[in-house]
Amino acid sequence: MSLDSNYLEYPKRRRGMDHDYYPYSNFFERTPITWPNGKKLLVWPVISLEWFPIVPTDDPFRAPGHMQTAYPDYRHYTAREYGTRIGIYRLLDAFEKVGAKVSVATNSAIAQRYPDLVQDIVAAGHEIIAHSMDMNGTIASGMDEAEEQALIATALDGLEAVVGTRPRGWLSIARSQSFNTAKLLVDAGIEYMCDWVNDELPYQFDTQSGPVINIPLNHELSDRQIINVQQQSVDSYAESMEDAANWLLAEAESHGGRMLPMHLTPYIMGLPYRISSFEKLITGFAARDDIGFARGDEIMDSWKAQQ
Amino acid sequence: MKQGSADPGLYEYSGYRGRPKLEWPEGKTCAVWVAPNLEFYELDPAVNPHRKSWPKPHPDVVGYSHRDHANRVSHWRMADVMSKHGFPGSISLSIALCDHIPEVVDDANERGWEFFSHGIYNTRYSYGMDEAQERAIIEDSIETVKRATGQNIRGWLAPALTHTPRTLDLLAEYGLDYTCDLYHDDQPTNVNVKTGQLTAIPYSLEVNDHYGFFIYNMSPREYADTLIRQYDRLADEGEKSGTVMCIPLHSYLIGQPHRIGPFEKVLEHIANDGRAWISKAGNIVDAYRAQVGGGI
Repeated sequence: MSLDSNYLEYPKRRRGMDHDYYPYSNFFERTPITWPNGKKLLVWPVISLEWFPIVPTDDPFRAPGHMQTAYPDYRHYTAREYGTRIGIYRLLDAFEKVGAKVSVATNSAIAQRYPDLVQDIVAAGHEIIAHSMDMNGTIASGMDEAEEQALIATALDGLEAVVGTRPRGWLSIARSQSFNTAKLLVDAGIEYMCDWVNDELPYQFDTQSGPVINIPLNHELSDRQIINVQQQSVDSYAESMEDAANWLLAEAESHGGRMLPMHLTPYIMGLPYRISSFEKLITGFAARDDIGFARGDEIMDSWKAQQ
Repeated sequence: MKQGSADPGLYEYSGYRGRPKLEWPEGKTCAVWVAPNLEFYELDPAVNPHRKSWPKPHPDVVGYSHRDHANRVSHWRMADVMSKHGFPGSISLSIALCDHIPEVVDDANERGWEFFSHGIYNTRYSYGMDEAQERAIIEDSIETVKRATGQNIRGWLAPALTHTPRTLDLLAEYGLDYTCDLYHDDQPTNVNVKTGQLTAIPYSLEVNDHYGFFIYNMSPREYADTLIRQYDRLADEGEKSGTVMCIPLHSYLIGQPHRIGPFEKVLEHIANDGRAWISKAGNIVDAYRAQVGGGI
């Protein structure tokens, strides 16, 4: 099949990006960031707290981790529920032990179904950020704008009803957005999103409704990517996180504060045979004077105050 | 190539035994070249009916922004490590990067790196192009790199590895010297073309960081170990006849904070070994041709 004659036309071949969401910026030429309390590296744990309906809708796509067998898929439904019953508490205990406050990206269905869990998280000083309604709440282009707007509103309202405050942050399922998502998040009062993985510090992302901050939540450093997708052991995961931390600390000497995103999934990391290695990892981080733990809103506020 | 033929006729068969001895400068046994891809991917590219640009509907946020990490963050991290250990780059370049982010192209040029074309964007594929279209992207490549860097491109790695049956003949006709698209050997090979001369320089998919991390699912340290094993073996075998090892990279992969440290250990190993001729693609092709001319 031959190509349209316009296949060799490049209307956006120009200086800078091929869109208007953010300008090009060299990470190593920015004004160095200083983190609170003299920390050189802030580890930013984000736990995804997800409820998978046993009836996937695939609209617009099926979320990672969703049902896989013919109906009824007991094995995946219950294995994911293991995360919200057992795994999450193992992670919360691990973070409590080292005094870390984290961000928890929470489906609003979790708040409605398990309000006690959400109260426990809030009472421990962690931050709840929005993560759609449930794991059928995926977003992609082609979705009706009003439908997407309603999904975002329902997610935020559902969390606010249980938490008492409106979430400031948003993580899309699979970090998947439509061309409208960032604008709709701004319209809904969201201050930061975590979906774009092109940087290692917060940056401003522009929409037709005004700016939102993007705090890149590195997907390559997630337990899902390293343990589930790449089939590595938890020890290999921990080794990678330590290697990353050491590299970033060295960079911080010459270029200012660095950030290490740590994206966690309770049904992956919160298993008995994995959690000890994870506890050892964060205990090691907590023992270092130059490393701190921070919630996404703290990172955003600190970064914003220095712009 | 012989279009439609079961054997595409790219080159003559030549087994590993009994070849004439290839010699690299100063008695080195393995020519090592590092090939970072400096790329630009479009957020909302035109559709090629033969291949989808992105697995998800546009915008594919993770796909696009992961690759954008290269130009904002990881190119700089990777390039500094390469320079620190004396490794120049031979750049597989998305030509439009010269227009979009000349900062990255200028940086590579100032480091003395060599550029070859990897198509206009890594989201525009050669499949389905007619001859005029294919000539247009070759001419665009030659002219844009000349304007942006002063360099004459000498090689080609097809955009996203998409070819047509006429690509290699056209490259030779335009005077390009090497292709990185053929994976049949650990030594350079002259390719059958209608006019002129084209040399296949060993590139590698097997030790490409994309294969390492996304096909073989290696940890950063496993990938580093793989590169060291690849090098050690080729340096041993190069005692008989000089071998070539390419390290093809994508900075958005190798320049991630958990990978760059183990990778630096690889460069230290090769630089300290003493048997590596650390060079650029064009120099390796020149050294090969000076010894075998139009032969194997």
